Amino acid sequence: MRKIYPDAGAALEGLLFDGMTICAGGFGLCGIPERLIDAIQASGVKDLTIASNNAGIDNEGLGKLLRSRQVGKMISSYVGENKEFERQYLAKELEVEFCPQGTLAERCRAGGAGIPGFYTKTGVGTIVAEGKEHKEFDGETFILERGIRADLSIVKAWKADESGNLVFRKTARNFNQTMATAGKICVAEVEEIVPTGSLNPDCIHLPSIYAKRIILGAPYDKKIEFRMTREREAA
Amino acid sequence: MPWDRNQMAARAARELRDGYYVNLGIGIPTLVANNIPDGMEVTLQSENGMLGIGPFPYEDEIDPDLINAGKQTISELPSTSYFSSSDSFAMIRGGHIDLTVLGAMEVAENGDIANWMIPGKMIKGMGGAMDLVAGVKKIIVVMEHVSKNGDPKFIPECTLPLTGKNVVDMIVTDLCVFHRPDHDSPFKLIEMAPGVTAEEVAAKTTARYES
Repeated sequence: MRKIYPDAGAALEGLLFDGMTICAGGFGLCGIPERLIDAIQASGVKDLTIASNNAGIDNEGLGKLLRSRQVGKMISSYVGENKEFERQYLAKELEVEFCPQGTLAERCRAGGAGIPGFYTKTGVGTIVAEGKEHKEFDGETFILERGIRADLSIVKAWKADESGNLVFRKTARNFNQTMATAGKICVAEVEEIVPTGSLNPDCIHLPSIYAKRIILGAPYDKKIEFRMTREREAA
Repeated sequence: MPWDRNQMAARAARELRDGYYVNLGIGIPTLVANNIPDGMEVTLQSENGMLGIGPFPYEDEIDPDLINAGKQTISELPSTSYFSSSDSFAMIRGGHIDLTVLGAMEVAENGDIANWMIPGKMIKGMGGAMDLVAGVKKIIVVMEHVSKNGDPKFIPECTLPLTGKNVVDMIVTDLCVFHRPDHDSPFKLIEMAPGVTAEEVAAKTTARYES
């Protein structure tokens, strides 16, 4: 089975429909599947539910799909730094389900692992717990959170081999590894595609069973949200 | 004289112990990293998937794939490891992190904390704060003693939506330090900034505490 597709539009063909749920990797603008986001925008598909830790910033990342009004609902932990998001949210044009970051990661991990729900202490006693089942374990209270299963996962990796094994780079791994497992099908974009056999099997981050379609997305113009540096001490 | 931001961070840093794994929140808590005592080995965790955070990079080392949870560029150390968000929060929620230092808008006398949302204003989300307060062994809050309007922030009961219930172990403000040995005990005033009096602390605090 050939997994390498010529471009993002071709890789998404037949997978998009109005009202679908998408799990997207990335943290802030780090490790976001930008070519696939562009192709989803170009497709015009709408009324999307997107599970992603953040919602991009104005006109970057998922912010593009917000601007083009293709998103009906976001499931996210943090959505700051995005004016258009704020406008749509306050105007009630966009539904938002705030989900603690660890709960979001675990909901997608669980969904991808066939686990429909799990108990966690996170959020007990807060508005996050409202309406959820509470249960005592060993004298402590936990709430039931549901696994997330999406129609599609879109992720960004560093390298893929031709069989679909993926390797991520530094903190650009973040949600990508988890989100890749939560979709019925995962499409990955990568910076480099190498021949099968050239990655060390002991160092694969995401085994080939997950990414079914892969595109080479390079060259990337990676954006930095907060550029911090230190000075070299004088010699 | 009240403590400045760096002195508050330095006071929180005195709670570090050799071998600790620590998660630092955004703002004053980040400054704790500059105040790790010499010779002490403390490993910083970033919830976006990194253990072993180095200092800000030199200009020629900047890497867009290497950021902290505040989305700032950082550098790596020889001991650094990277992992997924779900592994990262397994560490946090599984009780493997020894200490977290967080900012807060309000702390209540029973250890409740509110630091993520002001109803009626734009809500940005809780990020990883609810997971941290639910899962980390020791929770230190570093905050100004009173709000910009002069209102006490250590109060009988939180008025804002909670981040966690009965979770705070220590509060470091610009005026003083409150501590409790366990989550059934009341907070006790254990230390004051130089020149700050117990009367001043009492006048600016509505929470009940032992002195």
